[in-house]
Amino acid sequence: METSFAITGKGYVIIAADTTAARSIVKMKIDEDKIKTLSPHLLMAYSGEPGDTLQFAEYVERNIRLYQIRNLYPLRPAAAASWIRRTLADSLRSRSPYQVNLLVGGYDEATHSPSLHWIDYLGTSVEVPFGAHGYGSYFALSLLDRYHNPEASLEEGLDTLRRCINEVSKRLVVSPGKYKVKVVDKDGTREVEL
Amino acid sequence: MARRYDSRTTIFSPEGRLYQIEYAMEAISHAGTVLGVLAKDGVVLAAEKRVTGKLLDLSGAKDGGYGGSGEKMFLLNSNVIGGVAGITSDANSLVNYARTTAQRHLLMYNDDIPVELLAQRLCDLKQGYTQYGGLRPFGVSLLYAGYDPHYKFQLYHSDPSGNYSGWKATCIGANNGTAQSLLKQEYKDDILVKDAIGLVLRIMSKTMDSTTLGSEKLEFAVLTYDEEAKAPKAKIYKPGEIDALLQAEGLAKKEDDEMKS
Repeated sequence: METSFAITGKGYVIIAADTTAARSIVKMKIDEDKIKTLSPHLLMAYSGEPGDTLQFAEYVERNIRLYQIRNLYPLRPAAAASWIRRTLADSLRSRSPYQVNLLVGGYDEATHSPSLHWIDYLGTSVEVPFGAHGYGSYFALSLLDRYHNPEASLEEGLDTLRRCINEVSKRLVVSPGKYKVKVVDKDGTREVEL
Repeated sequence: MARRYDSRTTIFSPEGRLYQIEYAMEAISHAGTVLGVLAKDGVVLAAEKRVTGKLLDLSGAKDGGYGGSGEKMFLLNSNVIGGVAGITSDANSLVNYARTTAQRHLLMYNDDIPVELLAQRLCDLKQGYTQYGGLRPFGVSLLYAGYDPHYKFQLYHSDPSGNYSGWKATCIGANNGTAQSLLKQEYKDDILVKDAIGLVLRIMSKTMDSTTLGSEKLEFAVLTYDEEAKAPKAKIYKPGEIDALLQAEGLAKKEDDEMKS
């Protein structure tokens, strides 16, 4: 089942999302990228109703890009998360709400700090040190409580992520096989291999 | 057919000039002076009040509101102070627009509007009034003293045409040429707020018609950063505070001047 994690550390945010695209009980694809790069220092992992997720993610991606073209600077992560939350909250109160859950992680170039926002389809937005969506979150959050360290180096952060992924593989009935992992820090966004 | 003439207010003259805008700028160069200086740790604004007089009731300004007398200094947002020169009623309308814009940004992004963005929004509006028929441009120039995390402290100026520019120190209104040449001589790149306050007051006293400064002719504001609250701190001085400041800088009225007036 769909699972995504995000962890902040010293000057970075790691975001991981499984790569399965499923319909009903069938796996349709196992190399789907569910993490979008919204701006040079902003990542967003999305999960939920398959059609909604992509539609909403692309809508967000283009609006954030538009802001950056129109104005002189890109939106800071917290401002972007606020805008995304509002968009979801407006959608929730419309005839056809998006059923999308998000993890928005970025590096704020103005304050030189990482920031992570946990957002769900009801328009909840919380700034968190780590977060998770999907069935995996039931296993990962306790591990993250125990092992998360805001001062951890990238390698230590990735170790914590490995613990979460291993635990989910071990305990979840229908666990996802593969994950895509992306990192955002002062140098921008990049994909890393676990 | 009055519209035939009204709608011609903002079209090019045969020499390629937009007279209405030039007239608007001319109107501003007769208005009360507004002066801004960007320092390393803040921004200082001062303005000359024109509407004064013994019978003017300023009791509301004495201790009400956030400071100033509501003529030239306005808090546009928690991170931006605006100083206006020109037609006050036009300015009030622009200040209202600026505040609405800033709050809309706050509602949308949960973040104070970047200073340059606010200046741009106002300029978009001002530019519109130089192009649409039947409208006259705003007779207002503004100085924006602001702070945002992108570029820290900033000082911008916008004019009736809708142009804006960033400055280290600048002046609008009457005698702005004199003030700017004084600023050019005296401005240092690493000036601090405490020195900038003195600089601004000294130049104001030289450019204003009256020989001595006092709170009835002067408005004053300082934008700094509050390290404890981790937020910009905008302070628009109340009349009493301005007099105290002038006293401290040694530019206050002498006692016997007070007797004469």
